[in-house]
Amino acid sequence: MAVKKPKIIVVGGGLGGLWATIRIAEAGYDVDIFSLFQVKRSHSACAQGGINACLDTKGQRDSIRQHIIDTIKGGAYLANQPPIKTMCEEAPGLIRTFDRMGVTWSRTAEGVMDLRLFGGVKNKRTCFSGATTGQQLLYVCDEQVRKYEEAGKVHKYEWWEFLSIVKDSNGACKGIVAIDLRTMETKAFRADAVVLATGGLGLVYGKSTNSTNSTGAAAARVYQQGAKFINGEFIQFHPTAMPGDDKNRLMSEAARGEGGRIWVPKNVEDTRPGKEIPEEERWYFLEEWYPAYGNTVPRDVASRAIWKVCRELNNGIGGKDLVYLDLSHRDEAFLRARLGGIMEIYEKFAGEDPTKVPMKIFPAVHYSMGGLWVDWEKDEASGGMKQPSARNHQTSIPGLFAAGECDGAYHGANRLGANSLLSASFSGRVAGESVAVYVKGLKEGADSLPGNIYSDEKQRQDSINQGLMNSQGDENPFLLHHDLGELMRNGVSIIRDNKTLDEALAGLQELKARFNKISLDDTANWSNQPLIYARQVYDMIVLGEVLAKSARMRDECRGSHWKPEFELKIPEGKFSGDPEFEEYRAKWKANNEQWLKTTVAEHTQSGPQISYEKIEISVLPPDEPRDYR
Amino acid sequence: MPDVIRLKIKRQENPNSKSYWEEFEIPYRPQHNIISVLMAIQQNPINAKGEKVAPVVYEANCMEEVCGACTMIINGKVRQACSTLVDNIKQPIVLEPMSKFPLVRDLMVDRDRMFAALRKIRGWIDLDGAYDIHVHAPRVSPKDWEKNYDLSRCMTCGCCMEACPQFFPTSKFIGPAPLGQTWLFNNHPTGKYYKEERLHEIMGVGGITDCGNAQNCVKACPKDIKLTDAIARLGRDTTVQMLKDVFIK
Ligand SMILES: Cc1cc2nc3c(=O)[nH]c(=O)nc-3n(C[C@H](O)[C@H](O)[C@H](O)COP(=O)(O)OP(=O)(O)OC[C@H]3O[C@@H](n4cnc5c(N)ncnc54)[C@H](O)[C@@H]3O)c2cc1C
Ligand code: SF4
Ligand code: SF4
Ligand code: FES
Repeated sequence: MAVKKPKIIVVGGGLGGLWATIRIAEAGYDVDIFSLFQVKRSHSACAQGGINACLDTKGQRDSIRQHIIDTIKGGAYLANQPPIKTMCEEAPGLIRTFDRMGVTWSRTAEGVMDLRLFGGVKNKRTCFSGATTGQQLLYVCDEQVRKYEEAGKVHKYEWWEFLSIVKDSNGACKGIVAIDLRTMETKAFRADAVVLATGGLGLVYGKSTNSTNSTGAAAARVYQQGAKFINGEFIQFHPTAMPGDDKNRLMSEAARGEGGRIWVPKNVEDTRPGKEIPEEERWYFLEEWYPAYGNTVPRDVASRAIWKVCRELNNGIGGKDLVYLDLSHRDEAFLRARLGGIMEIYEKFAGEDPTKVPMKIFPAVHYSMGGLWVDWEKDEASGGMKQPSARNHQTSIPGLFAAGECDGAYHGANRLGANSLLSASFSGRVAGESVAVYVKGLKEGADSLPGNIYSDEKQRQDSINQGLMNSQGDENPFLLHHDLGELMRNGVSIIRDNKTLDEALAGLQELKARFNKISLDDTANWSNQPLIYARQVYDMIVLGEVLAKSARMRDECRGSHWKPEFELKIPEGKFSGDPEFEEYRAKWKANNEQWLKTTVAEHTQSGPQISYEKIEISVLPPDEPRDYR
Repeated sequence: MPDVIRLKIKRQENPNSKSYWEEFEIPYRPQHNIISVLMAIQQNPINAKGEKVAPVVYEANCMEEVCGACTMIINGKVRQACSTLVDNIKQPIVLEPMSKFPLVRDLMVDRDRMFAALRKIRGWIDLDGAYDIHVHAPRVSPKDWEKNYDLSRCMTCGCCMEACPQFFPTSKFIGPAPLGQTWLFNNHPTGKYYKEERLHEIMGVGGITDCGNAQNCVKACPKDIKLTDAIARLGRDTTVQMLKDVFIK
C-alpha cells in the first residue's frame, strides 16, 4: 500500500529548489521548503548573462545537436551524456514554460525573444532578460511557489538552516534536522523524500563571484553522512571579475559576447590610463592566440590565458594581476540596453563608467562543476534520460535527491556560460518529478517510523552547537574562513601542481586543528550568526579537503583542472589530418583511457577516499579533442 | 586619507530588548563598502572603547545590489549596504535598521509583510502547469517590455516602503512596491486575465487610495523603478474598474 500523505522537504529556494517545489506541488503533494532567508533573495538572482536553449531564431541554423555537442565538448567529455542530451532537447520547452510564467525576456523589434552570443559557442543561443536574467527567472519561480503557498500546498521555512538528514535503519533519508536562525532552536522534521538544492560552494575559496549562501556546507553535511561527492577538482574560474575585498564581482561573459575585447598594454611600464593607449600599443592576446573564437573562447581557456599573461609573462596592467575588458568602443545606448545591469555594477563598485573607460578584471572562482553524485535512468529508445524515473537525481542515499549547482551531473570538467541556469532549472524540475515517482513506490511513511531516530539526530546537532557555544579558544570563525579562502585560492587554483596541492592538504589539517580552539564572541540564544558561521566554516574545510584531494589525485589537464606537468600540447599550426596532429590525437585518446572517469569522493574518518567511475559516452564518443584555435 | 573608519551602529539584541548605540573604529582600506566593514568587525569584534562585543548582526547575500537583503539606514538614508562605498559618505557612518519593519536583531529586520502583500495582490501568472505546452506566451512589444522590465527588477528590498510616509507598522497601506507589482502582472499578456481580481484587492482599505502621492518612494528606489508612474497608471485602472463595477454589473 502506498503512503497516504507523503511529506516532502525541499532544502534551498534558488532556481533548483523552486522548480522542484513547483513540480512536486503540481503532482499533488505538499512541500515544506527551507531556506537561509526569503527564497527570493537566493543566489540565482545574481546570474546576469542568460540561459541557453536552441531556439534558432537568428537565421544561423542552430541545432539542438550542436547544443549537445558544445555542452559535452565544453565539459571535456567528463559527464554522462544521456542526461545532457535530454537537458538540451528539453531546453526550448523549458524556455517556453518560463515565457508563460512571465519572464521579461528582452525582445526583438517584432516582440519575440531575443538571443545573444555566449562563450564557447558559435551561434546565438542564449536567452536573456537585460543583464539580470537569473533574477528574472528566479522571480517567476518564486511567484509560482507563492501561488502554491497561498493555496496551502507549500509551507516556507525561511531563515532556517539545514543541518543534517535523518536516516532510518536501512540508511534511507527520512527527514532532516534544521535550526531556526532566529530562535536558534533545532528541530527534526519527518519526510518521505528530501531534495537538496543548496547551490554552489564558491565560499570555500573565501572570495568568489558567489553570494554568501554558496558555502557548500549543506552538501558537505550530507557528504559526511555518506553521500558521494563527485568531480570536486573541477572549479570554474570566471575570467572576468572585478577583484574586491569582500567579493569578486562578476562582469558577465555577455560583455565579451556583446563585443568586449580583452587586452593589456604591450608595454608593462605604460602608466597611461587605458583609454589613452593607442590601438597599436595594445595586445589583444585572446584574438591573437585563438583566432576562430577570439574573445569568446570558453572560460577556462580565457582564465588560463589571462593567468599566463599576468603570472608567467608578467604583462598584466602595471605588472599587477589585472587585464582590461574593453567595451568602450561600443555605442553607449546599446551597452545600456543590453548590459545595463553589469555596467551599473562596475560603475557602483569601481566608480568608473565602463561605457567610457575599459574595465579592469582578473579571473575569480565562479562555479563548481562537481557536486553530489546523482543517479539517472537511461532511455534505451532515445539514448537520453528516461523520465520520469525515481532514479533521476537521487543521490547515493536513498530518498535524498539533489538538484541545481550542488549536484555534479551536467557540466563535466567545465561549464559553458549560460548552461547552469539551464541545468539548475532543468534538474530541479526533473528532481521534483522523480520525487513524485519515488514516494508513490514507498511502502511505509515517515510518520510511522520510531521517534528515536529523529530525537537522536536532533540531540547530535544540539551537542555540536553546545560544544561550539562552550568552546573557549582564541580562534575567530570569520578569520578562520578568511584563512581557508587564502589557502584554497593559492593552493587549489587555476594552475596546479602536486607539491602545492600536498601543502594545501596539510594546511587544511592545520585549519581543522585550529577549529577546535574556536571562540564565538556571541553567547546569545537569538540570531547567533557566529555560531551558524562557525558550523559552515567547519563544513567548508571538509569540502576543501575533497576539492584538494580530488585535484591531487588527477594527473592530467582537463577542462578547468590544469596541471601543466601533464599537459598534452596541440602541435602548433597542425590540424586534423596532419600526422603530428594525429599523433597528438592518439596520445589524447590514450590519456582518456586512463582519466576519462568521474572522480568519486567518499567520507572516511581519515579524510576523503577517492575512486573513479565510468562515464556513459554513447551520444558523442570522444574522438575530437577540444580545440578553440 | 583617513586612517580609520568610524562607525556608530544602532544595536538591539532581540525584538523585546532596548536598543543602544555602539561605536566602532576599524582600520581604513580603500574601496570598503558597508558590508566589508561589517565583516571586518566580525573578524575583530572590538568596539571603540576597546571592549570585546558580539559581532553586529546583519543580513546580506549577493553583495552586488541585486538580492535586496542588506537594506538598512545609512547616514539617515535607506539603501543597500553592499553598494554603499565608504569613500563616498561622511563619517562617522551611522547605521540603523529599517524602522518600518519588525526588528530581528541589530541591523536585521523582517520584511515578511512585503511578501504577504505579494500573495494578496495575486502576484503571479496563472499557468495550467509548469510544463511545456509547445507554444510561447504571446509576444510583447519592445515598449511594453521596457515598462515591464523596469518593474520586474524590484528586489523587495523595502527602500520605497521605508521612505513612504503612508506606510508604517500600524498603517494598513499595502505600500508602493506591491502596487508596482500589481501593475506589472496586469500588463502581462496573460496576467491581465486576472486584472479585475487584482484591482479589487487594492481598491479597498489599505489600497491605492491611501497613497498620498508624496513621491518619496520613487526617489528612494535604488533601481530607479518608476513607481509613481505605475501607481498613476494603476490609479486610472482602478477608476475605470470602479465605473465598470457600478454600471456593468
Ligand atoms: C555572479 C554570477 C553570475 C552568474 N551568471 C550566470 C548566467 O548568466 N547564466 C548561467 O547559466 N549561470 C550563471 N551563474 C550560475 C548560476 O547562477 C548558479 O549556478 C545557479 O543560480 C544555482 O542555482 P541553485 O538553485 O543551485 O542555487 P542558489 O540559487 O544558490 O540557491 C541556493 C538556495 O539554497 C539555500 N541554502 C543553502 N544552504 C542552505 C542550508 N544549509 N539550509 C537551508 N537552505 C540553504 C539558500 O537559502 C538558497 O535559497 C552565475 C553565477 C554567478 C556567481
Ligand atoms: S507616492 Fe508617496 S504615498 Fe504614494 S506610495 Fe509613494 S511614497 Fe507612499
Ligand atoms: S520598488 Fe525599488 S525600492 Fe521598492 S522594494 Fe522594489 S527595488 Fe526596493
Ligand atoms: S547583499 Fe544583496 S543587495 Fe546587498
